[in-house]
Amino acid sequence: MNRITELFNKKKRNVLSFYFTAGHPEPDSTLSILKSLEKNGADMVEIGMPFSDPLADGPVIQQSSQIALKNGMTIKKLLAALESVREEVTIPLLCMGYFNTVLQFGMENFCKTISQIGIDGVILPDLPLEVYSEKYQAIFERYGIIPVFLITPGTSDERIRQTEKYSKGFIYMVSSASVTGAKKGFGNEQLAYFKRIKEMNLSVPVMAGFGISDKFTFNQVSDYAAGGIIGSAFVSHLQKEGASENSIGEFIKRIVK
Amino acid sequence: MDYFVNKKGYYGKFGGAYIPEMLYPNVKELEENYLKIMESEAFKNEFASLLKNYVGRPSPLYYSERLSGKYGVKLYLKREDLNHTGSHKINNTIGQILMARFLGKKRIIAETGAGQHGVATATVCAREGVECVVFMGATDVARQKPNVEKMEMLGATVIPVESGNKTLKDATNDAIRHWISHPDETHYIIGSVVGPHPYPDMVARFQSVISKEMRSQLNKQTGSPLPDKIIACVGGGSNAAGAFYHYLNENKVELIAVEADGLGLETGHTAATTAAGTPGIIHGSMTLLMQTGDGQIIEPYSISAGLDYPGIGPLHAHLFDVNRAGFYRATDQEALDAAFELTRLEGIIPALESAHALAALPKIKFGKGEVVVVNISGRGDKDMEAYRKHLLAEKRMKFKKERFKYLFWKFIK
Ligand SMILES: Cc1ncc(COP(=O)(O)O)c(C=O)c1O
Repeated sequence: MNRITELFNKKKRNVLSFYFTAGHPEPDSTLSILKSLEKNGADMVEIGMPFSDPLADGPVIQQSSQIALKNGMTIKKLLAALESVREEVTIPLLCMGYFNTVLQFGMENFCKTISQIGIDGVILPDLPLEVYSEKYQAIFERYGIIPVFLITPGTSDERIRQTEKYSKGFIYMVSSASVTGAKKGFGNEQLAYFKRIKEMNLSVPVMAGFGISDKFTFNQVSDYAAGGIIGSAFVSHLQKEGASENSIGEFIKRIVK
Repeated sequence: MDYFVNKKGYYGKFGGAYIPEMLYPNVKELEENYLKIMESEAFKNEFASLLKNYVGRPSPLYYSERLSGKYGVKLYLKREDLNHTGSHKINNTIGQILMARFLGKKRIIAETGAGQHGVATATVCAREGVECVVFMGATDVARQKPNVEKMEMLGATVIPVESGNKTLKDATNDAIRHWISHPDETHYIIGSVVGPHPYPDMVARFQSVISKEMRSQLNKQTGSPLPDKIIACVGGGSNAAGAFYHYLNENKVELIAVEADGLGLETGHTAATTAAGTPGIIHGSMTLLMQTGDGQIIEPYSISAGLDYPGIGPLHAHLFDVNRAGFYRATDQEALDAAFELTRLEGIIPALESAHALAALPKIKFGKGEVVVVNISGRGDKDMEAYRKHLLAEKRMKFKKERFKYLFWKFIK
């Protein structure tokens, strides 16, 4: 069974996931960040594949992507660095990035390679559901890769139901109308949206992302969703405090303590 | 062969809407409504009336006797430079501000490179009385000062974009990010035939007035609506799309697109997308773009801020792919020379972008007496800084020549 499905079978609440950009802060920090995250209690990780023009990202992830690209990070290098990741990391892993970089690498080649490595899922925010179902679903299924799609406050119920149909591991609930970036808290409007989604009783778990930065915001979303994904706040922390195991441990402690 | 967009938003294999879900509601709303709105009587009447009375259309089709003489053809200039705000960009912004009103949007955002689209957007927003925010790369803010001042005088907020190379691509990124964060009530007036479907088709339709007028003007002046060749510069490709539109299915009319070649293809400092690019996704559209083998978008280079874009609209990628249009390149220097040539032969100072179209003239093989139309997409007021430098260089050269002559004669004596 895919590790993502397994995780959500076992754990229904407070699932803690992280995003970081591969190649940031150091060219070769990816594997050690993954190990430190697992050791300190992360349930799942999204490994960002840097892109020159990240349309859905705020300043923090834009900057980490630029640094990663300057550090020479590419999909090829990332997959080489992850070749034996499954000897050391057991939690579910996803690759997240923009469609163009995967398109140039080749979708089939990409899915094949990551499934050999043991990556469980892929998130490509600018690959629309329609194009996925028409062109790529068969490839994803052939290699057992789980596609994750986004829903937002503006997504209609009808479209959420459609998204549900193509989703297997979890649905990525974007917390508010915004690009990525840390927030201090979610207001009534967002909470009402979380509640609306919860009450739809979707057949796949929902993970909240965008704006989750600390214990408070993580707890806020965990009341409604299976858990939360922490991105920009973690990336800023890596930028400022470095990617040592200690530094990562400190960051996670502040959230789950 | 059909060159127009299909139901799914594609031109051949190019186009589509590769957008993050956050943009889906707005883009979908536009897609479901744009044709209905554009075809309504209320929209058509107001659009036509504004183009006539506010923009000053039809723009003249001017027979250039002296360029005709030089190239042995009958050369006509389509004078989009005479439009209100100085370029073709206003054809699109007039259309889109009406579209925004019909959709019930109260706030406008736009990106701009040269500032022409920014000014054209700020202008229609002033007239409509709606808030206008324009994203402009910090590099372009510096090199197109007069247009920044115009936008501010028109009441728009200009936001200098500090990300990436700080030019048009980055301004477009930030405009899209802003739209993601402000989805309600905001309409994004994109400035060219780029972006996710339906933008390329909608903008092409608004610009198609250029070729619609050309047909009747040519008919009056030459006895046929069909020229032999039409030449236009391509940044994103909106003025070219407008100039080609009503000729796309007239296969005997040769369509010629001219891209900015910066310092030359071989130097890598270029914006000639069809020559330096490969298929991929930029700003929500599958098209040709300049990118590395790893799919990272490459910063283009051109002296002309309006052509300094690493992609082209999907329509043009398709016209290139199926060989319906010929693609030429013009370097910075060739464009500058062409701008000076037009200015001194005809007393028309063209925009640097339009000068690229003119710069293709010496490179094209013409049959004797062919009817040729060059689209003069804009006027050169905003480019005086670049032209002043060229003028200075010219003066220095003249001085050196005189001095050489003087020394030469002194020596002989
Ligand atoms: C005068 C003029 N011509 C051409 C362009 C290039 O745009 P497009 O290729 O969309 O016509 C610009 C863009 O700023 C412009 O200002």
